Amino acid sequence: MSIFVNSDTKVVYQGLTGSQGRYYGMLNRDYGTNVVAGTNPRKAGTDVEGVPVFANCTEAVAATGANASCIFIPAPGVFTAVMDAAEAGIEFVACITEGVPAHDEARFFNMLKRDYPHVRLLGPNCPGIITPGECNIGITAGHIAKPGGPVGIVSRSGTLTYQALYELQQKDIGVTTCVGIGGDPVPGTSFIDCLEAFEADPDTKAVMMIGEIGGSAEEEAAAFIKDNMSKPVSSYIAGVTAPPGKKMGHAGAIVSGGKGTAAAKMDALRDAGVRVGLNPTEAGELMAEIVAEL
Amino acid sequence: MLPAVDLFEYQGKQFFKGYGMPVSDGEVAFSVDEAVAAAERLGTPVMVKAQVHTGGRGKAGGVKFAASVDDVQNHASNILGLDINGHIVRRLWIEKASDISEEYYASFTLDRSAKKHLGMLSAEGGVEIETVAAENPDAISKVLVDPAEGLTEEAARAWVEGANLNPAATDQAVEIMRKLYVAYTEGDADLVEINPLILTPEGRVHVLDAKVTLDANAVFRHDDYTQYDETQPRDEREEAAHAKGLQYVGLAGSVGVIANGAGLAMSTVDVVNQVGGKPANFLDIGGGANAQVMANALEVINNDPDVRAIFINIFGGITRGEEVANGIIGALDAVDIEAPIVLRLDGTNAAEGREILAPHLNEKLVMEPTMLDAARRAVAMAAA
Repeated sequence: MSIFVNSDTKVVYQGLTGSQGRYYGMLNRDYGTNVVAGTNPRKAGTDVEGVPVFANCTEAVAATGANASCIFIPAPGVFTAVMDAAEAGIEFVACITEGVPAHDEARFFNMLKRDYPHVRLLGPNCPGIITPGECNIGITAGHIAKPGGPVGIVSRSGTLTYQALYELQQKDIGVTTCVGIGGDPVPGTSFIDCLEAFEADPDTKAVMMIGEIGGSAEEEAAAFIKDNMSKPVSSYIAGVTAPPGKKMGHAGAIVSGGKGTAAAKMDALRDAGVRVGLNPTEAGELMAEIVAEL
Repeated sequence: MLPAVDLFEYQGKQFFKGYGMPVSDGEVAFSVDEAVAAAERLGTPVMVKAQVHTGGRGKAGGVKFAASVDDVQNHASNILGLDINGHIVRRLWIEKASDISEEYYASFTLDRSAKKHLGMLSAEGGVEIETVAAENPDAISKVLVDPAEGLTEEAARAWVEGANLNPAATDQAVEIMRKLYVAYTEGDADLVEINPLILTPEGRVHVLDAKVTLDANAVFRHDDYTQYDETQPRDEREEAAHAKGLQYVGLAGSVGVIANGAGLAMSTVDVVNQVGGKPANFLDIGGGANAQVMANALEVINNDPDVRAIFINIFGGITRGEEVANGIIGALDAVDIEAPIVLRLDGTNAAEGREILAPHLNEKLVMEPTMLDAARRAVAMAAA
């Protein structure tokens, strides 16, 4: 078992004809992902190494039965791409593109919620999702993930997601699904969405959560863990010693209400019973302890 | 991710003016003579205001009322060159003085938890809003705006009425708040803040200060935003890194840090601190780590005279170990590096990468198997 994606997931790559879309689309296919279609309104009717290209997602879904999409469209086109996928009835949309304006993210997040509540958006600005051995959507190097569980991973940071997968692989610990939710201001999928799904997944027995300074997503996740999770969690928060970044003015300071520092996040997580490592290696070691106790 | 773009007060006011909001007439001045000439054109009395990217200007003596042109000369010569929280004043904003009856506070920013826009309005303006929030939170009227719906006239009015402003200000405040929302959304701002928004004795509501932070990711649809690039506060090292397109933040230590990915770079800074060292910087070279990017990064670090050792921390995901190794070798050929380098290379094809690097290792380029080992070695080298 896994969360969100598995061997039945059929993926359309929005932007398959671009250099990034082609490169990672083909890598994902080599991994075993069902890469069934691409989109590009100017190249409909062509193909990329045998993968048919359609004008939009609606046509791609009609022809191939795609139920997921992966967006590699440059930032200015992401808003339209997300809505194109939603209108086509696609249920899982992973947006890899970075540099999407925050106001676009806020708009499509709330439009999806209002008009297409069944759609799960992952990202933007995320590495994607991998259910090892079954489906890899995005830019994660598949071979650093050991299939089979019992650990689920959710991470806000790209390279630290890989680091987490690698730490577990080095300890011969398998992963059910690894979700990179991305670090943008309005992530389509939150820590809590993933924790809830991992809690419900019978094959996931423990969860590793990688956070970062800023915002209050980790504190909210800690409250969720405390109230709703029976499965053990290990965590690492990057930026423990980071100096205060560019302050978002007074209004920003008020929104976060004094939350957002690594210390506040780690305290909240510890208070929820999470085992918190001070670096990624330590978080991996803590997870190895948890797995040994299962 | 690109850094946010901070506007000076005068740039913020011009930004607001472009969306039809009422601001005072004024001019920018870079010298005492320019300040005097501006005051003569505007007509006294005027305010002489330091333009710096930091708060607390008033307390530091950076904002002065000038009744006459002589006063302007006096204040301008005192304020130019003033150090306000480490920011040296290089430009002034000379603005027609306003009479003030009441001072309010208004802002919009994203509420990340609610994933909606948060508007805040208070009758207690002109002071630090954090203080108001802590001591009298009920004095702040809030509105959450769904970005898919926008701010309706009805919602704006209910929000403004909740702030208990002088009733004479209500209608104008509703109009200004709706324009502020448009400026915030259409202008792709992370933050718009007016403190104070004033009510004059004649009953006019007016923007007296402006703090605007723009989203650098949206520059592609605002050609004019490139004008703000040159007025961003950066130290020399940050300026050099910015010119090379690197994500760099200067710190005050002796261990130069290079890593791929913001999370890993932050984590590297953490680990250097944890083993008793002081990082000289945060530098994220992104996922690629090719020779040119690595050479640029090393060059920036090399130019920092405080750096005594360099810690390169690379995790190969899609980027393979061989590419990283060749990148480093190419960069070392291109740049004459003074400080010793400690390298940690892990992830995809790390073994192959290490093999390529093996013949190049010496006392100035060493390799360690883990992040912690490498951090300890770099810190020891920096102390030697």
